[in-house]
Amino acid sequence: MKELFPLKQVMGFVFSLILTAVALLVYFTDMSFSVGMTVLLLTAFIQAGLQLVVFMHAGETNDKKSIYTNIYYGLLIALITIFGTLLTLIWDM
Amino acid sequence: MDFFERFAVPHPSFLIYASMVGIGLTMIAIVIGITYFKKWGYLWSEWLTTVDHKRIGIMYLLSALLMLFRGGVDAIMMRSQLALPDNTLLDSQHYNEIFTTHGVVMILFMAMPFIMFFFNFIVPLQIGARDVAFPRLNAISFWLFFMGMGLFNLSFIIGGSPDAGWTSYFPLAGNEFSSSVGTNYYMIAIQIAGIGTLLTGINFMTTILKMRAPGMTLMKMPMFTWSAFIANVIIVFAFPVLTVALAMGTMDRLFGTNFFTTVNGGMDMLWANLFWVWGHPEVYILILPAFGLYSEIISTFAKRNLYGYKSMVASMVLISLLSFFVWAHHFFTMGQGALTNSIFSITTMAIAVPTGVKIFNWLFTLWKGKIEFTTPMLYSMLFIPLFTLGGVTGVMLAMSAADYQYHNTMFLVAHFHNVIIPGVVYAMLAGLTYYWPKLFGFMLNEKLGKWTAWVLSIGFVLAFIPMYITGLDGQARRMYTYSESTGFGLLNMVSFVGAAIMAVGFVLLVYNIYYSTRYASRDISNDPWDARSLEWATHTPVPEYNFAITPQVNTTQPFWDSKKNGHQLFKGKIEKIHMPNNSGLPFIMGCFFFVFGFAMVFSMWPLVIIGLIGILACLAYRSFEKDHGRYISVEEIEETETKLRGAKQ
Repeated sequence: MKELFPLKQVMGFVFSLILTAVALLVYFTDMSFSVGMTVLLLTAFIQAGLQLVVFMHAGETNDKKSIYTNIYYGLLIALITIFGTLLTLIWDM
Repeated sequence: MDFFERFAVPHPSFLIYASMVGIGLTMIAIVIGITYFKKWGYLWSEWLTTVDHKRIGIMYLLSALLMLFRGGVDAIMMRSQLALPDNTLLDSQHYNEIFTTHGVVMILFMAMPFIMFFFNFIVPLQIGARDVAFPRLNAISFWLFFMGMGLFNLSFIIGGSPDAGWTSYFPLAGNEFSSSVGTNYYMIAIQIAGIGTLLTGINFMTTILKMRAPGMTLMKMPMFTWSAFIANVIIVFAFPVLTVALAMGTMDRLFGTNFFTTVNGGMDMLWANLFWVWGHPEVYILILPAFGLYSEIISTFAKRNLYGYKSMVASMVLISLLSFFVWAHHFFTMGQGALTNSIFSITTMAIAVPTGVKIFNWLFTLWKGKIEFTTPMLYSMLFIPLFTLGGVTGVMLAMSAADYQYHNTMFLVAHFHNVIIPGVVYAMLAGLTYYWPKLFGFMLNEKLGKWTAWVLSIGFVLAFIPMYITGLDGQARRMYTYSESTGFGLLNMVSFVGAAIMAVGFVLLVYNIYYSTRYASRDISNDPWDARSLEWATHTPVPEYNFAITPQVNTTQPFWDSKKNGHQLFKGKIEKIHMPNNSGLPFIMGCFFFVFGFAMVFSMWPLVIIGLIGILACLAYRSFEKDHGRYISVEEIEETETKLRGAKQ
């Protein structure tokens, strides 16, 4: 019975519901802008990671290595682009 | 008549009317020709519906050559206008339209399909695969590119060409300053072609990662395949930025959003920023496959294996990463602080290091080699010094403090033509000459080929070196005329003469193709250059399944080993081969994209909706379609093999 019950997926589902609820708090409670954005960014990234690993089965095939390399490379490029843009257009203007 | 008024060209001239007539007559001639020779069925079943990577490659090649001449005519027109001070051949509006389309056509509709041709034709052969990973998707990529190209080229006879530069900076490209539909064409045509390119990126990444012949580990891949892999990785990570930027630009122009406007919280420099976040990696998407081709050619004709294989791979990986760190060097003068400019200066100069490693590796490959001066090798040898010159001026431009002097001058124009022409265009011509026998079963004339290479190089030096000087003296780019007192007249005349000589070079290329098609010997072997990698191990013409038996690989140059060191490439016996079916869906979907794009340009919403429904219907049809491909029987393969062997050896 233990092998048949998809514990990981159920836990993942519950966890993603919790993350959604936390993100909704930003709308329903009276937070400052920066606290709200921090909560949204954190929950969004954890949520995305959760979906990739648990529901899109990122680490379950032989391609594990190339899939994760791709994701990390994509993350790196995205972060460079975002922070580079902030630097050029806002922080150092 | 109100409905048709929107299609009128806002700024007509005799030249444009003449082109309209010319294009109309050509279209009629093509339709009559195909009908007269009864080739409609052949065209549909063999080309429009094909999913064969070799045929898709050839269609990319034809598009690229066509666009090379279109962009070339633009270039000649610009150089003629600038040849004399206060010239009135073109007025400012035409000049603006011409430099804009020259840039877009040359980068996105000439260089890109040219490298796509090489990816498509060579990569599956080099890794011993039967086709790409997703053949149907490959056809969609091509037709999206083709329709984007068609839409963009339609602009100058219907509605007017874009005129805000190939970079299309806002706020100039916004509705306020560019009120004609020209920039809509820019946004939407590039969007459609760009989606095609993104799909190609995914397709070839998968192909190279998953479909290599047994024994070919990543570090045993031929250098061109490595460069194609890296270029496709860059495509996958860079093109989404373009997609997003173009979508935002389209919404600004059509739906009144304020992403790039100067009011309501819009940020005009965000466009320049996003454009170059894509634009700089794009440059490396073009140059890395060119480097790959040079690596193949130099090692073949120096009769040595490539020097420093590992450092070649490492330098390409490093270039691909660094290419995402440098984009702000395109707008050093925008007004950001010294800190930002210093960071981007240093990352830009850092790119010269891995590039230098590659140059030295090619030189060491030549060292003590038995060098054979064929046409492709001649292009490669001309490439090394000319490209290095462009690289050095690139390092000059990378110095942000000095860039205030160079910015927006002809110096910059000279620099990027100096890297793109000897870097990319020579590689394309060298590669075309090198792979021509594999493509069509005969070789291009060597004598004419060498003449072409020399004429092009002389023309190139005359056309672009003077621009460095006038640029430093202050001649701005994109300026449609200048007064006599500036003293730019003489050097611009030299430049025009150089451009005319380059035009002669391209005419020679065409004549060479004509001459060789008529007179060249068809009696050549499958491996006329005595080459080293797998694409030469199959027959010419390449059978649709590429290899009857999947080759076995144990080194970086399996074919050379099979010729010289007794390596057995083809083990086992022939088995039936699984191949994908042809499909008309990609072409039809491309047509719907064209309708959608055209309707978007002119804001004809009912037609937009029809186009969208068509696209979605094609996607839905594909989702429910049951197509498991077909098998080629052993008898059929043996028959083809015997025929090909008998004819050639």
